[in-house]
Amino acid sequence: MIFRRRRNQAILGVLAAIPILIAISVKVTDHGSRRGNDNAGALFGSIADNGVFVAFAALFVVLTVFLPMAISVVAGDSVSGEANIGTLRYLLTVPVSRPRLLAVKYTGILSWCLVTPLTVGVVGVLAGLALFPSGSVVLLSGTQVPYVDGLGRLLLTILYAALMMAAVGAIGLFVSTLTEVPIAAMATTLALSITSAVLDAIPQLGGIHPWLFSHYWLRFADLLRDPLQFDGVEKGVLVTLGYVLVFLTLGWARLGGKDISS
Amino acid sequence: MSVAEAQARSAPSDASASAELAIESAALTKRFRSGQVAVDTLELRVPRGAVYGFLGPNGSGKTTTIRMLLGLIFPTSGRYSMLGAALPASAGSVLPRVGALVEGPAFHPYLSGRANLARLDAADLTATGRTAPRRIDEALERVGLTAAAGKRYRHYSLGMRQRLGIAAALLQPRELLLLDEPTNGLDPQGTREVRHLIHQLGREGVTVFVSSHLLAEVEQVCTHVGVMSTGRMVWQGSLPELAAQQRVRVRVTTSDPQAARDVLARLGLGEPTVVDGEALAVLGSIDPERIVEALVEAGVGVRGFVVEKPRLEDVFVSLTGEGFDVSG
Repeated sequence: MIFRRRRNQAILGVLAAIPILIAISVKVTDHGSRRGNDNAGALFGSIADNGVFVAFAALFVVLTVFLPMAISVVAGDSVSGEANIGTLRYLLTVPVSRPRLLAVKYTGILSWCLVTPLTVGVVGVLAGLALFPSGSVVLLSGTQVPYVDGLGRLLLTILYAALMMAAVGAIGLFVSTLTEVPIAAMATTLALSITSAVLDAIPQLGGIHPWLFSHYWLRFADLLRDPLQFDGVEKGVLVTLGYVLVFLTLGWARLGGKDISS
Repeated sequence: MSVAEAQARSAPSDASASAELAIESAALTKRFRSGQVAVDTLELRVPRGAVYGFLGPNGSGKTTTIRMLLGLIFPTSGRYSMLGAALPASAGSVLPRVGALVEGPAFHPYLSGRANLARLDAADLTATGRTAPRRIDEALERVGLTAAAGKRYRHYSLGMRQRLGIAAALLQPRELLLLDEPTNGLDPQGTREVRHLIHQLGREGVTVFVSSHLLAEVEQVCTHVGVMSTGRMVWQGSLPELAAQQRVRVRVTTSDPQAARDVLARLGLGEPTVVDGEALAVLGSIDPERIVEALVEAGVGVRGFVVEKPRLEDVFVSLTGEGFDVSG
């Protein structure tokens, strides 16, 4: 259902265009070596040396805004969309039990959470292979690893991104049970993601930063060091799983006793 | 499982009243958060095998009742059961045997009619996937949608949408059908077909619970009726019972209506009047033959003599009250 909708196919198309755009812009501007000390600069600077960094740079770019938006659209629409056109009442009278409905919807959202970063990664690798050298990969920590090892780290990064998005998906699913207006649920979910990012950017609120679900999104850069640094990633995984658990429970509690009058 | 087998299985094994009722409710009440009481201490009794016309003006609580029966909304108080099992506790085992059309059809606009049915069928854990294509084709055939099955739902006309909704209710052999305004948006031909379909299902032994504000169609196919008004059941029972309660009138067309009225009054008929040059009265227990005899004996020239049974519509209005305003 998710992948047959033209709206979602369009989102995938735009996501696929981003690594291509990055690859072409780096190719036509200059072949300058790495500059800048931050992760973004390092990622973009490495592209000219090895094409696989097109995928990493693209993931870095989409992870903060574009991916959360793509997830918000699908997750926010999940229950409210069915309520909006009235198919929810027919699903429930089939009957589909309400917990099962939520489980099926969340499974769909999870597959979307995986396919979106996967699309960016795969297109990034292909674009990189087409325009840049492929040999061994120089990691952010300066060590060299074989190309295949680089691809393995890319896969880890994609899985990490998918898991980070699973929190957005759970929040979106809960919000979606609150309303019959899909666009409101989508906007609310995206707004919550942005709010989390904004709070994360205010240094005075450092105390709550470790508990924000967006705080660990870019920690995937740790997966590009040698040896692999897992502590930031691990915390991110735990906090994300906590969010997933809380919001799925809220969604279950909300939908379980709700009068469906749409 | 054929409909006949479903019937055999559901046939009451004992003589208890609840086993013979397809739908039963006791003091069923729904009060919305706004404080409005949509359904008020409703006592529904729908016998198995009946075609039950659920009547009432707009806003009288019909759809709210159907939503409660289907477990979409939860009652504020009261008990109810379908096919002998208490709800909403047994919804998982009861609802697969119940087909429903609630408040108009609703399908995914960008999927074809067939794909929409396949999706609903796939969501049904009790349905056999192997037989799905055949059952979907049969349901489409039954509502006359075979030719348009591959078209996207968004391109369907109102009548075709309604037909698809009914097809969805017929995907499985059902013991009970809840149809909320099934002829909404259908052309006269379609209305006739739906009426015929309901009649046919009733003959196959399926209990059909059909809500409507259009009485003419209900009158023709129903064996039982229940009349709702502002959330309360004002009358329910079989159609013959309803007719027996109603006052049959006689109408005399004559050149001398006043004299005819006097004869009717002398014979003891109720409420004798003259309306538009015709004499009218309530028949009561007097033989119509006796009245004609008396009229002729009294020298009243009779041009026409009619014994009028009330139309269901008049009964309906007498029960729910006149007036165009929707209630609450």
